[in-house]
Amino acid sequence: MERGPRAAAIMFPNNAQETAEPMKVLVPVKRVVDYNVKVRVKADGTGVETANVKMSMNPFDEIGVEEAVRLKEKGVASEIIAVSAGPTACQEQIRTALAMGADRGILIEHDGVLEPLAVAKLLKAVVAKESPELIILGKQAIDDDMNATGQMLAALLGWAQGTYASKIESADGGLKVTREIDGGLEILQLKLPAIITTDLRLNEPRYASLPNIMKARKKPIETVKPADLGVDVTPRLTVLKVEEPAKRQAGKKVGSVQELVDKLRNEAKVI
Amino acid sequence: MAVLVLVDHDGATVSQPTRSTVAAATKLGEVHALVLGGAAAAAAAAAMPGVTKVLQTEDALYAHALAEPVAALLIALAPGYSHLLAPASAAGKNVMPRVAALLDVQVLSDIAGVVDADTFVRPIYAGNALATVKSADAKKVITVRAASFDPVPASGGSGTIETVATAADPGLSAFLGAEIAKSERPELTAAKIVVSGGRAMGSAENFAIIEALADRLGAAVGASRAAVDAGYAPNDHQVGQTGKIVAPELYVAVGISGAIQHLAGMKDSKVIVAINKDEEAPIFSVADYGLVADLFKALPELETELAKK
Repeated sequence: MERGPRAAAIMFPNNAQETAEPMKVLVPVKRVVDYNVKVRVKADGTGVETANVKMSMNPFDEIGVEEAVRLKEKGVASEIIAVSAGPTACQEQIRTALAMGADRGILIEHDGVLEPLAVAKLLKAVVAKESPELIILGKQAIDDDMNATGQMLAALLGWAQGTYASKIESADGGLKVTREIDGGLEILQLKLPAIITTDLRLNEPRYASLPNIMKARKKPIETVKPADLGVDVTPRLTVLKVEEPAKRQAGKKVGSVQELVDKLRNEAKVI
Repeated sequence: MAVLVLVDHDGATVSQPTRSTVAAATKLGEVHALVLGGAAAAAAAAAMPGVTKVLQTEDALYAHALAEPVAALLIALAPGYSHLLAPASAAGKNVMPRVAALLDVQVLSDIAGVVDADTFVRPIYAGNALATVKSADAKKVITVRAASFDPVPASGGSGTIETVATAADPGLSAFLGAEIAKSERPELTAAKIVVSGGRAMGSAENFAIIEALADRLGAAVGASRAAVDAGYAPNDHQVGQTGKIVAPELYVAVGISGAIQHLAGMKDSKVIVAINKDEEAPIFSVADYGLVADLFKALPELETELAKK
């Protein structure tokens, strides 16, 4: 990377990281059903309908890419590698990350189910090749809602984890992370290398500009297979069935506040 | 083999989601509870019916429940257990996947049902689908959706208490501080009544009328993601798939349109009230009682009406 630590420090004199070497950042991105799509359970109960459905980058992963790009703009990050595991079409989500500012991509091509444990193992193999110091993942994917891959990867690597981050700062040779917890916020100091998972308020992801979308087309994407990485991705869970939750019936409209209070007191008896 | 539940507590009482987790755990075997904390918390855990033994440690290493040392402790205890469970709280969701990976098993997140020792129901796609999954792993690591299991009582049990040895300190992270909002209101996931405001509240200042109504009802305050994104309410108030999952006796949605992601967080509430001036708002399709009205008129009226008795 051409952008050295000195130049960056001069450009951003307020940066606490002035003397530290900028680091390589890995941003895993998942291809998921777009968050605006109303998912439908397949009639045969094997899953949800994904054919001819709009697919996008997992929104929490977008926040991760944005944070990495901001770290690079501050001179804290040197290079950003976007990695996605899944079918060939995951290239689209890698391209989105490249258009937002990632430098290059890695596609781990696999057509079957990939559970968080398998993805964590694949990412660990990528880490062994690329030696990033920081990995920023979304806190959960909006399809399987597992909320697991970041923590699992941190475990496999033996790294510190800062989950549900709403703020990341360089401090004392490591990272100071503000986390969203039940009831408020918690601040942790993490040693590097480290895993961060993003919460909603970490940042607001940018829209890629047209010139950057064009530029992203020329950025390299390397393709590997799980077997190339020596990882067994056999699922541990068997999906026996997928069904729609019980539908709630719409109730009645009340005409006034007085009627509402009367119903709550005397019909529903909840106040 | 027994099952182990990681306890969330405030130093004196066990959280309601933990009691729901014990309810789920009793379907799987004899329940032991792990308490990172003092004598009062251990006694509270031992008082949960169904808990036969409490494992306790007061070691300062666990004082802030950092994921790395807590996971190491659970790994040290894991050989004696078939299932390791925690509530799907911020703390439980932080540590349990780490434990699962260290055991080389796939974590089962946010389960909403126990079919048998290997088979569980869990919501996917923001609760728009329920998946029944069977795990092939020898040991199961689980987080439990509290709203899906009736909590065991807080008292009546008589488990024994023993101290556990401190496990290795990975030395990867340190606690610097916390900003916990002080509130007299009940905790969101345990409250019997929740009053939530949406984007239609218009400003953080206007959220005061939600808080006033909540206080009148003895309720917790919630917010839609839109209201949180707009900065009207803090993130830990967020009800929805990306926030808290609640199932109170009464849920009052004020100025909330009813996006899928919000409905996923509250549709298991017993009674739902929606107040919205848009009569086409999707929230009305799940509400037991809908009031089409301007919230800035309706809420003061509601407060007055509630004060009458």
